[in-house]
Amino acid sequence: MVGVAVLLALPVLTVFVTALQPVGAVWRHLVDTVLSDYLANSLLLMLGVGVGTLLVGVPAAWLTGVCEFPGRRLFEWALLLPMAIPAYIIAYTYTGLLDFAGPLQTTLREIFGWTRHDYWFPEVRSLPGAIAMLTLVLYPYVYLLARAAFLEQSAAVLEVSRSLGAGPWRRFLGVALPLARPSLIAGVSLVQMEALADYGTVQYFGVGTFTTGIFRVWFGMNDATAAAQLATLLLLFVFALLVMERLSRRQARFHHTTARQHRPPRVPLRGKRGGLAVLACLIPLLLGFVIPAGILAVWAARTAPRVVDERFLHLTANSLLLAAGAAGLILLLALLLGYGQRLRPRPLVRLAVRGAGLGYAVPGTVIAIGVMLPFAAIDRSVDGWARAWFGVSTGLLLSGTLIALLFAYCARFLPVALHSVEAGLTRIRPSMDDAARALGATPRAVLWRVHTPILRGSLLTALLLVFVDVLKELPATLILRPFNFNTLAVRTYELASDERLADSASFALAIVLAGVGPVILLSRAIGRGRTGQ
Amino acid sequence: MTPFFLELIDLDVAYPPRKVIRDLTLRMSHAGIGCLLGPSGCGKTTLLRAIAGFEPLRRGSIRLEGIELSRPDWTLPPEQRRIGLMFQDLALFPHLSVADNIAFGLRDWKTGERRARVVELLKLIELEEYARRYPHQLSGGQQQRVALARALAPRPRLLLLDEPFSNLDVTLREGLAREVRTILLREGTSGLLVSHDQFEAFAFADEIGVLHQGRLLQWDSAYNLYHRPADRFVADFIGQGVLLPGRLGGEGRVSTELGEIGGMPADGGCVAGEQVEVLVRPDDVVHDDDSPLLAEVVERAFRGAEFLYTLKLPSGARLLCLAPSHHNHALGQRIGIRLDIDHLVMFRRGGG
Repeated sequence: MVGVAVLLALPVLTVFVTALQPVGAVWRHLVDTVLSDYLANSLLLMLGVGVGTLLVGVPAAWLTGVCEFPGRRLFEWALLLPMAIPAYIIAYTYTGLLDFAGPLQTTLREIFGWTRHDYWFPEVRSLPGAIAMLTLVLYPYVYLLARAAFLEQSAAVLEVSRSLGAGPWRRFLGVALPLARPSLIAGVSLVQMEALADYGTVQYFGVGTFTTGIFRVWFGMNDATAAAQLATLLLLFVFALLVMERLSRRQARFHHTTARQHRPPRVPLRGKRGGLAVLACLIPLLLGFVIPAGILAVWAARTAPRVVDERFLHLTANSLLLAAGAAGLILLLALLLGYGQRLRPRPLVRLAVRGAGLGYAVPGTVIAIGVMLPFAAIDRSVDGWARAWFGVSTGLLLSGTLIALLFAYCARFLPVALHSVEAGLTRIRPSMDDAARALGATPRAVLWRVHTPILRGSLLTALLLVFVDVLKELPATLILRPFNFNTLAVRTYELASDERLADSASFALAIVLAGVGPVILLSRAIGRGRTGQ
Repeated sequence: MTPFFLELIDLDVAYPPRKVIRDLTLRMSHAGIGCLLGPSGCGKTTLLRAIAGFEPLRRGSIRLEGIELSRPDWTLPPEQRRIGLMFQDLALFPHLSVADNIAFGLRDWKTGERRARVVELLKLIELEEYARRYPHQLSGGQQQRVALARALAPRPRLLLLDEPFSNLDVTLREGLAREVRTILLREGTSGLLVSHDQFEAFAFADEIGVLHQGRLLQWDSAYNLYHRPADRFVADFIGQGVLLPGRLGGEGRVSTELGEIGGMPADGGCVAGEQVEVLVRPDDVVHDDDSPLLAEVVERAFRGAEFLYTLKLPSGARLLCLAPSHHNHALGQRIGIRLDIDHLVMFRRGGG
């Protein structure tokens, strides 16, 4: 088990070790030219997206969690829909909508008779644009965690504050928000990790960040060491966020002991206040899902007859199979690690599992070069060995195969599954294990006969989450995919990069549709979770 | 030599760096129903988990029916011990029906036997018509009985009960403890209960061990724990009472503020001439209006059939007195008392 964990931590370790090599000319060149830009852009992106997701996610969570207003039930789950859209896809749609040649500016020009220099219009393909795009698709993380925190807050605490004369605003700002702070910090840290890991959006918008820098150095300058050094710098940021997230989660942790007490009645919002509440929920939903999905649908309707052919179907099947296989494998590993940790909560095991759990924080770009470096080295030495002894060349055994890709997915997305598994397991009291053991069940039997059936719901959720994550993963797939192997995500990226936004819509729409399923499932699980177990 | 039923020899159990159980030796000579009694944090649950095989030993040995189950370098896994467990939180499997919960430990049984055993147990706990229900559809008491049936199903050699009644209403507790006792006796299963509630222990067990700070102070019948406590802590923990200072004279009589106290001497290891303390239980102090000994009422608690008075002696020492409830005395009143001590329990003063 420790072995599995170490294996999964291999990419990150490789990057670190590679980065330890003395700095070369490329690195010095980077420091002299673009490094400060990368640093500034990445930081601004992180901050902007953090603030943005808080501003959107927290009010929405409070309103749908604690208040009552028209459409509340719909918003409760619909607010999660933007999760289904990968950031790079939303970036493509808004570029298509808002850039100079897009329908919006064209219409404005037609109405007012403006020409190019007559008016000012925000440039989408910019750092603020990237912040806006990432905020729109990432706020659901904050929304989810904040909402869960608000709902789990003891009714008694809120009632006490009410009996002490606190109105709804003071209950929100003075009690609920501070109590939810660990969850909010955890949510924002997650969001910021995602923002740092983003490649598709910033690449398309031409914003130089660490991830685009790594690509440039790796592919453009062919310098593995400098790429690893950039990656290490990026990881420092990521780990800082990770520590923050972990610390706040620890604070937020609590054990379910008894069934929750009754829920306080929702605060009704009528008239103007109700309208504002509807707006606060409707705007993110419109901007984050309805409009981009609508644009995609319009484009796809226009281009589908040309784009959807046998190759399209083949590509889709490829993508789905790959995602399903990876998800299954990852879930199995997560179950193994999560349960192993429960069984033997020794420091070494815990450390190993934590190590394996780092992957999600590690941007796909970094994972990819961390997989590429050792696999290529293995291939080279096996090849050299085979040539020396048998006179045959084995060529590429690992790198550039699906194995490398699957391995990267495992390293990156295991934590998603592990988190679900661990969360589920902590809800099963240890006495349950002990009872089963005392009744003659071996540890393995406990896993299959007690935990797996109880966890069925969370396992399914984990499976779907990973499935969708793999489906929309872009940078690692770009770097590691076998020659001539394509996925929906990569094809979308290729077409969009060729300025064929409308043509990419069918592929993008397929990803979005696949992503909607799990989001709905997730939202239903949330609805059920409220009634308690 | 006939082997003991359950033997715990020189046990040390630790959650580093803290030793939770120290030098604990306990021998249950024959199958039966016992209880480990102690305040919270005394290590009783840890001891139970060690017997069940969930905690490794630092030192010592655990044997059941003469066969070793645990030693410092080796622990027989819980699933191979045939020792049943019942938890405070019951730990019923939420995804299984009542019948499937009971059948959980019968996996290796033949289908027919398994079914028969489940039916038998359902009958025993009087929940036959609930077989297909799920745990969350049952009341607390019903869940309790299902947990018991589940633990008993594989016919364990010993059933360990970890405070299974403690989240029940006090009024239900003793009744249920007695009910479980009856079921255990009917099944012929030995039981070992862990509890912090002495009345629960009295209702459940034939023999009781008092545990304090990881040590076993006394393993005895309820009667003896009350009347012949071997230790100052036991005397204080079981029942109520006060320790009255005195001086041990010849022939085992102690002179105290209340005069000479005699009675069946219990061996406290004290020698004549020593300063001692004598255990005086509330029922040893009899209210007697004719008695020349007077004490002032400083506290009173109405208990229905009786009053429990706290009395102050001229020296300032306190005494508890149980009086029939028609003897209604006001605070500050001085009432006559007389000592009627059957067993003389004394400890060396200032000693342990």
